[in-house]
Amino acid sequence: MDTVFDIAIIGAGVVGSAIARELSRYDVSCALVEAKADVGTGTSQANTAIWHTGYDAKPGSLEARLVRRSDALLRQYVPEAGVPFEMLGGLLVAWNDDQRKALPGLLERAHQNGDTDVSIVSAEEVYRREPHLAPGALGGLWVPGEAIFCPYTLSLALATQAVLNGTQLLLDHPIREIVSERDDTYTLRGPGGGVRCRTLINAAGLYSDEINRLLGHRDFTVTPRRGELIVFDKFARSLVNHILLPVPTAITKGVLISPTVYGNVMLGPTAEDLLDKTDTGTSASGLKALWEKGEAILPELMREEVTATYAGLRAATEHSDYQIHLYVDQRYVCVGGIRSTGVSGCLGIGEHVAELLQGAGVTLTAKGEFMPVRMPSIGEAGLRPYQSADLIAADPTYGQIVCHCERVSLGEIRDAARAVIPARTVDGLRRRTRALQGRCQGFNCHAALVAGLAAETKQTPERLLQLEADHVG
Amino acid sequence: MSANQTDVLIVGAGPAGLSAAITLKRLGVKRVVVVDREDEAGGMPRLCHHTGFGLRDLRWAYTGPDYARHYARLAQSVGIELRTSTTVTGWQDESTVAITSPRGLGEIRAGAILLATGCRERPRAARLVPGRRPQGVFTTGSLQRFVYQHHLPVGKRAVIVGAELVSLSALMTLAHAGVSVVGMVTEHPNHQIAFPYRAAKWLYADLMARVPVLSGARVTGLMGSQRLTGVEITRTATLKQETLACDAVVFTGDWIPEHELARSSGVMLDAGTRGPQVGPGYHTSTRGVFAAGNLLRGAETADACALEGAQAARHIQAFLTGSPWPAQGVPLAVAPPIQWIYPNVINAAGASLGSSAFHFRVLTFCRDIRVTVAQNRKEVFTQSYRSLAPNDTVRLEGRWSSAIDPAGGAVRVGLESDR
Repeated sequence: MDTVFDIAIIGAGVVGSAIARELSRYDVSCALVEAKADVGTGTSQANTAIWHTGYDAKPGSLEARLVRRSDALLRQYVPEAGVPFEMLGGLLVAWNDDQRKALPGLLERAHQNGDTDVSIVSAEEVYRREPHLAPGALGGLWVPGEAIFCPYTLSLALATQAVLNGTQLLLDHPIREIVSERDDTYTLRGPGGGVRCRTLINAAGLYSDEINRLLGHRDFTVTPRRGELIVFDKFARSLVNHILLPVPTAITKGVLISPTVYGNVMLGPTAEDLLDKTDTGTSASGLKALWEKGEAILPELMREEVTATYAGLRAATEHSDYQIHLYVDQRYVCVGGIRSTGVSGCLGIGEHVAELLQGAGVTLTAKGEFMPVRMPSIGEAGLRPYQSADLIAADPTYGQIVCHCERVSLGEIRDAARAVIPARTVDGLRRRTRALQGRCQGFNCHAALVAGLAAETKQTPERLLQLEADHVG
Repeated sequence: MSANQTDVLIVGAGPAGLSAAITLKRLGVKRVVVVDREDEAGGMPRLCHHTGFGLRDLRWAYTGPDYARHYARLAQSVGIELRTSTTVTGWQDESTVAITSPRGLGEIRAGAILLATGCRERPRAARLVPGRRPQGVFTTGSLQRFVYQHHLPVGKRAVIVGAELVSLSALMTLAHAGVSVVGMVTEHPNHQIAFPYRAAKWLYADLMARVPVLSGARVTGLMGSQRLTGVEITRTATLKQETLACDAVVFTGDWIPEHELARSSGVMLDAGTRGPQVGPGYHTSTRGVFAAGNLLRGAETADACALEGAQAARHIQAFLTGSPWPAQGVPLAVAPPIQWIYPNVINAAGASLGSSAFHFRVLTFCRDIRVTVAQNRKEVFTQSYRSLAPNDTVRLEGRWSSAIDPAGGAVRVGLESDR
């Protein structure tokens, strides 16, 4: 409790981690404070894993500006940091006359947002690009800049780079109380321990309204909006070439079908407002609704096996735009209402927050050196360790496959357990390596992963399973 | 890249693969390579610590691990090249595969390839059971590895989803781990545990008597966020729902053939079994590629797989010594309530080595029915059965297959009432 950090960021999701990484360029002491056992475990992990260009954002909004800026920054960062991605392009498909008539408006909006390579394509062209699509498509909008990426790796890359550059990552630190001390510092308190800081940044995602209230602000309320998704077997991958997007409505971008960087195909999300910020369960009605959508868009997809189902909660608020506010007197920045473009906007948000701090008189002096980060190659588009003769020759454990469905080697599991931000649970291992994420869902490797990670982290399997139970869900 | 040439490559060192390899050696085939992605040969029986393995192939009752060891040792003693921790990652061409192992990358080129990659159970997500992702959700396979292979805790009170032979295996594993079993949930009106031999019925009578079978019900949800706290079941007739408190659930059966390698080679799959289409000689639609064992249709007992492997070996040896690859032939189409049948193609092969029987499964309990086989709507064979149960494989005599014209029209296998 003695250290007083210059800046504390509450929430190590993709947004908090991006802010931490941005600030770690400068000569300030920074704490990244996370309630859970790992980074990127909330909305940042359970989303559609699509990197949007922001072509359809409301022109002139903060979201439009930051997503646009972020897009440019991500184009450099994602390949550099080794975050798996594939620039597949998005194809918006119009299935009725109303939707077809909406396309010119969307095109104009894209152009207003500076996305000039967006174009309208004919029904014939839609089927040329996507021959497995159900009949009845009337036309489409082609958005070449839309990409898929690995959401786990992005959050981990950002947080890892922040840590490499001096950020203190405090996991298992939920914050329940914020005390404004007389010496112009804050004391953050919670069951995981306290943190002291001079400047506070709220990037608590689903809980950003609650942190905001602890500081006396009630300008927005987060309503968790559940999105359920179905992930299909890798055999479905050849059915889809691009990100198949519906024509968006005011509430949601709608149900899309997209390849994943792991070689699967994803269908979702639903959009349903909930009250419970922890309800990340799938529902019979949600899965049924997705199934019907899938049948209508890509019937052959529904003949393939399902690999996984999951649900994530977006941090929707009553406002349509981001809720990023600087309170100079309080030395507080609220970064809330990042409803569905958190991953797409994260780097722009990080840069914006640094600018706000500088504007408020926080001195940010660049450090001499800014360490880069290079994440393990877990995407299908890159060379995986099991495919690398050189890597296996140097270390045979990269040729010892443990998770057969995803072809994850013993070497990668060891690396994840010894990483800068190490895997502490099997779920953490899954996010870092893909192990347990495949078609058998642990039929073959679950027990071996528990035993292996327990040995690697020098704890009993019982203890590991307990930690797991404390943190998943 | 080290290229390797062999007479026969077998993918999968389970009962079917090992027994095929041993038979090939006995038939005089010089070089037989068996690869397996696991670090030990023997396949799934290694994980089944109960007895009853080997009755039909070895004429003795072994435990699963003893049975697996028996085959692995025998394979080694007859000079089979056994490569464990070796994963086939893809095909270079129809007779060459790419492999990865701790020794590096490589290729194996073979005169004939036998796929014996086994099967897996359909997990919770693929059954679209809603809920969160709490701990305590297993398949029989993951459960057995937790309990027998790694000695990990699994819970205190379990629900078993399914009531077929493999569900009994889950039950015994849970009993071994000291877990009490709340019940076995099956959508069918009755359990489908047909013991492969009479002694087993007596052996397991006590165990079965203690576990209630909740029939006519489906698991429709998981409760709990971190640790499983219960499962929601729905009665299919009344749609009445209830919750069974438990901290472990085991999804058993509902087999999916491990057909990744088969499918990526382009062999045709059967719509019913979802394994490769095979004729009576275990030939797939790709020249030089054979398939046997649980890859063909999901799990049968180990001895059945071993006998199949041995039979496939005879056809492989015949192919290596000049027997022509059979022309594609005519597929067998099944009509519900028949779920699948195999072999599922009638081609010119097999006759010389004796026509094997066919095997099929039904989706529902059936009484006093007859199976009919017809080509071009003309009945060529019929066989009567007193009763059939789902999840229980039934033998259909095979002598009719010589009456089928492999170049002729569609062959349909259906059920008719025999009353």
